[in-house]
Amino acid sequence: MDQIALDVAHLFAGGLVLVSFMLLYQDRMSGLVNTFALHALVVSLSVAWQAYIQHAPHLYITASIALLVKAIVIPTALHRIIVRLGIHRTIEPVVGVGQTMLAGIGLVALSIMVMLPITAAAGTLAREDLAFALSVVLLGLLMMISRRNAVSQVIGFMSIENGLILAATGAKGMPLVVEISVAFSILVALIVIGVFLFRIRERFETVDIHELHEHRGEQP
Amino acid sequence: MAVILGLLVQLCQMLIVLALAPLLTGYVRKVKAHLLRRQGPPVLQPYRDLLRLVRKEAVVAASASWVFRAAPYLVFGTTWVAAALVPTFATGLLFSYAADVIAIVALLGSARFMLALAGLDVGTSFGGIGSSREMMIASLAEPAMLMAVFTLSLLAGSTQLSSIAASLQGPETGLRISLALALVALVMVAIAENARIPIDNPATHLELTMVHEAMILEYSGRHLALIEAASYLKLLLYLSIISCVFFPWGVAVSGQGFEAYLVGAGMYVVKLAGGGLVLAVFETAIAKMRVFRVPDFLGAALMLGFLAALLLFVSQVK
Amino acid sequence: MAAARHKAATAAVYAVALLVSAVALFIGASFLLHGGARSEALTLPLGLPWLGAHFRIDALAALFLVVANLGGLTASLYGLGYGRHEEAPARVLPFFPAFLAGMNLVVLADDAFTFLFSWEFMSLSSWALVMAHHRRPGNAAAGYVYLLMASFGTLALLLAFGLLAGSAGGYAFESIRSATASAEVSAVVLALVLVGAGSKAGLVPLHVWLPLAHPAAPSHVSALMSGVMTKVAVYGFARIVLDLLGPPLWWWGALVILLGGMTAVLGVLHALMEHDLKRLLAYHTVENIGIIFIGLGLALAFEANAMPAAAALGLTAALFHVFNHSVFKSLLFYGAGAVLTATGERDMEKLGGLIHRMPYTAFAFLVGSAAISALPPFNGFASEWLTFQAILLSPALPQWLLKFLVPAVGAMLALSAALAAACFVKAFGITFLGRPRTEAARTAGEVDAASLVAMYALVALCLIAGILPAYFIDALASVTHALVGDSLPSRQGLEWLTIVPIEESRSSYNGLLLLAFIAASAGLAAEVIHRWASNLTRRSDAWDCGFPDASPATQYTAGSFSQPIRRVFGTVVFRAREDVDMPAPGDARAARLHVELRDLLWETLYLPAAALVGFAAEKLNRVQFMTIRGYLTLVFAALVVLLAILAIWQ
Repeated sequence: MDQIALDVAHLFAGGLVLVSFMLLYQDRMSGLVNTFALHALVVSLSVAWQAYIQHAPHLYITASIALLVKAIVIPTALHRIIVRLGIHRTIEPVVGVGQTMLAGIGLVALSIMVMLPITAAAGTLAREDLAFALSVVLLGLLMMISRRNAVSQVIGFMSIENGLILAATGAKGMPLVVEISVAFSILVALIVIGVFLFRIRERFETVDIHELHEHRGEQP
Repeated sequence: MAVILGLLVQLCQMLIVLALAPLLTGYVRKVKAHLLRRQGPPVLQPYRDLLRLVRKEAVVAASASWVFRAAPYLVFGTTWVAAALVPTFATGLLFSYAADVIAIVALLGSARFMLALAGLDVGTSFGGIGSSREMMIASLAEPAMLMAVFTLSLLAGSTQLSSIAASLQGPETGLRISLALALVALVMVAIAENARIPIDNPATHLELTMVHEAMILEYSGRHLALIEAASYLKLLLYLSIISCVFFPWGVAVSGQGFEAYLVGAGMYVVKLAGGGLVLAVFETAIAKMRVFRVPDFLGAALMLGFLAALLLFVSQVK
Repeated sequence: MAAARHKAATAAVYAVALLVSAVALFIGASFLLHGGARSEALTLPLGLPWLGAHFRIDALAALFLVVANLGGLTASLYGLGYGRHEEAPARVLPFFPAFLAGMNLVVLADDAFTFLFSWEFMSLSSWALVMAHHRRPGNAAAGYVYLLMASFGTLALLLAFGLLAGSAGGYAFESIRSATASAEVSAVVLALVLVGAGSKAGLVPLHVWLPLAHPAAPSHVSALMSGVMTKVAVYGFARIVLDLLGPPLWWWGALVILLGGMTAVLGVLHALMEHDLKRLLAYHTVENIGIIFIGLGLALAFEANAMPAAAALGLTAALFHVFNHSVFKSLLFYGAGAVLTATGERDMEKLGGLIHRMPYTAFAFLVGSAAISALPPFNGFASEWLTFQAILLSPALPQWLLKFLVPAVGAMLALSAALAAACFVKAFGITFLGRPRTEAARTAGEVDAASLVAMYALVALCLIAGILPAYFIDALASVTHALVGDSLPSRQGLEWLTIVPIEESRSSYNGLLLLAFIAASAGLAAEVIHRWASNLTRRSDAWDCGFPDASPATQYTAGSFSQPIRRVFGTVVFRAREDVDMPAPGDARAARLHVELRDLLWETLYLPAAALVGFAAEKLNRVQFMTIRGYLTLVFAALVVLLAILAIWQ
């Protein structure tokens, strides 16, 4: 029974890495937001499972927060923003999708190489779960730097947070306070970003970063 | 005596595979039609199609060579052999040790090689389009399939499909992330190789959406029948591989006796029906991709397969 | 008069070469099959007075003797027919036997001096053959680059042997073998051998001379250079690294595997962009050398980790691929040579429809294409299957870098195999299938009997090696025993038809059964349909969706065939750019498509190096114009420096 429990947790962690790759693969805005909703869903399921096997009921609250806020509220809000701002619906990556995914594989290999020797004392599955969590963070960062679109950068930022949640719940005993404060700060950051997006859109009629770059100020 | 029995069972499998293949395609078409609120053609229609085509005269272009006329037989032969080597109702059949899963992938590659050559043989632009796109798709789909297959072989400690199926049936495997990644990669490759939506549309004859159909545009009569039969067999082959590796419950082991074989055969038909249903639902729910999005799709499959193998290498599985 | 003399000379030279190659092949084969661990040595009082010339034949040498003389035999046979069309026989005939002799001597050499002498002799005679048609555009430049790279490689090997011989100066292989070198010296020797032997074999990034020089030579010489000389370079690598250097370290294997993987992928991608038939084949040689080095690297890694059975598998895969590649590459070059003789064209875009005019050549080329694309039941598949099996054993390797590198290289190998199939569909399809694109293709005729016999002998070998690989694997057992201490399990009786790399429950392959299966299925289908359904055929125009076009210009070209792959891979690897100049509607001029591909290795590695050499040469040119007093000062300074070094050393 124990082994199955660890296997399922491992499967959720790996599934999150898979969904992070799916995020890198998307080339349409609505697909991106839906995939992010799936990302948040997988995280909340993983946290719920951890709550079950660690017998830590406060993690259920974390899971429901993740589910409610990140899998339902934020994607719906983002869908509305996209429609309201009339943002261009295709996402253009800086380099091709193939190269981005190749870089993603390299990042996963890097996190495995970093994590596995460090955590030599822990069990195999826990070590791999930590390696997967680090890869989710790195893949989120990769998404932020390889897309030209501000909305996709926001989503990348939020997927980084999902990876951190995965890492924190994987180890036993993360208090709820930390989670609430982290979620609160993310929410605040999101509101601020949303306000900025509105202002940017009003001012410059676009949220494409390349176009915004020209208005930056002093030119070399 | 045991050898003769084993030979008979193996021949039985070959005939079952050949008999079920058109039925599977007919069933998938029927389900798709019902999902689109149509009646659709009868489930046995592919048999009637094959029979009709086989009796017709074959019209061959004046500029075609013996490659054009021999390719259908070779394509059918290699695909049939490959399909016969995949365990369906029982593993460990007599000839299953002649070729392992790498050889099966290579046999499908042979079939594709001959078909691509046949596309170029008549010297029209349609054939060229089909061949060049098919080889582009294959250049990514075949490595992706090989990486997924490597993952399975590393897990099972063998490249024999029978051994892989047997070991994945056992209790030590459990749920492994590499298996999930390999399944996703294999499903993506299966869609690409069988020319289903979103890679290619099997029901269309428009140049913009053709890959497989463009290569066989010049074929007619018995040649076309053989090529259609080969594509039915290929779909059956991929569904058989996926079901025998990832859903191995109910498969008999060679020598277990007639009842075990019957149970295995029944389970096999159920798995095929389930796989066909999922395929039909998936094809109806999704739109076809642009041709140059296909390399991204297959590149993703290759990456997933590679990641699955990498994870196994790293976790020191022998 | 001169023509008749040339004809007689051609026939004589090739016939003698054929006989000598046949004898040498027989000697090599019998030694390999019956010799086992034996080795015969011979010392001649030639060369350096205190060294003499040592020759030895052991299992490894016997294998490469077989490979070299099989190539020599078929090349001589082919030359009996092809040589009659040679426009400058005086520039080819003297050097052809010299080339064969050089290659054999390299394989048989047992001391450093003989090895290097024979290596240079081989390089120079092949250079002379490359320069045989020096007035054709591009050939002189190709010969120049080849000479440069060959000299550079020999220099590297010279330094390697110097380091191996050590301060004692024992140049015989026996004394090198018994002396143990430190880890640093071994590392430097490995790097030097990779540069020296690797550049001759065609490892990236030292492969650039191969696609220039191999097509420039006459076709049978191209076959020898691609099919045999590169294998002699592999022999050099195997002899020095696996035999003369001591026990390997794991990172040697990692380095060789990485180089092999990169070579395989880059070679096949370059080949896909080529329209010249012979350059395409030369790039494919680069790819297959990559595959061979992957096997060698795996053998080194396994040996370093004390896994002799796995090392034997990697080595067997590499050596079997050496044999197979020399067979089908020679076959393909003979086919290309036949096409060149019949049409005068090497460019695929000007051919087409040759299967109707040259049916026998077409069939042989088809078999060669299927073999090189690793399709069962031919021999290419058997050796690639063994390489994949070796890769599947690699999770047992403990080093982390290997754990990440080997699956990546496995993916690269799978990718290059799939791309090779695409490339040969293009090569065979555009050249032989379809409709003729030019007058030359329309009026081609079949080549002479000698060429066809050479090609079909190789076709038979391709099939036999594919369906009876156990025969060849057993022959390789003595070689792997000598080098890594183990060999693949041997099988008896009927089970001999199935090859088993490690153990039967793990994997097995029976080529003969597979061939029988396929033939039976296809034959049964044909028989049933023809008997009971219909076997009527009618010839008509092509359907082409109802709009058949009589002009052969509407069919696919080589460039259009590779366009999807160029778009997927080429934008990154070659910075491929396509410009279409489309006239406006109403303007009747032709549209133009301009494709630009850049070889990034050439631009980032070779052009700066050439610029640097040019710069240094300019600066040093001042030495040409000094006064007498200046020259005396130079001599005096050199003398003082050497004396100082002597003093410090003591």
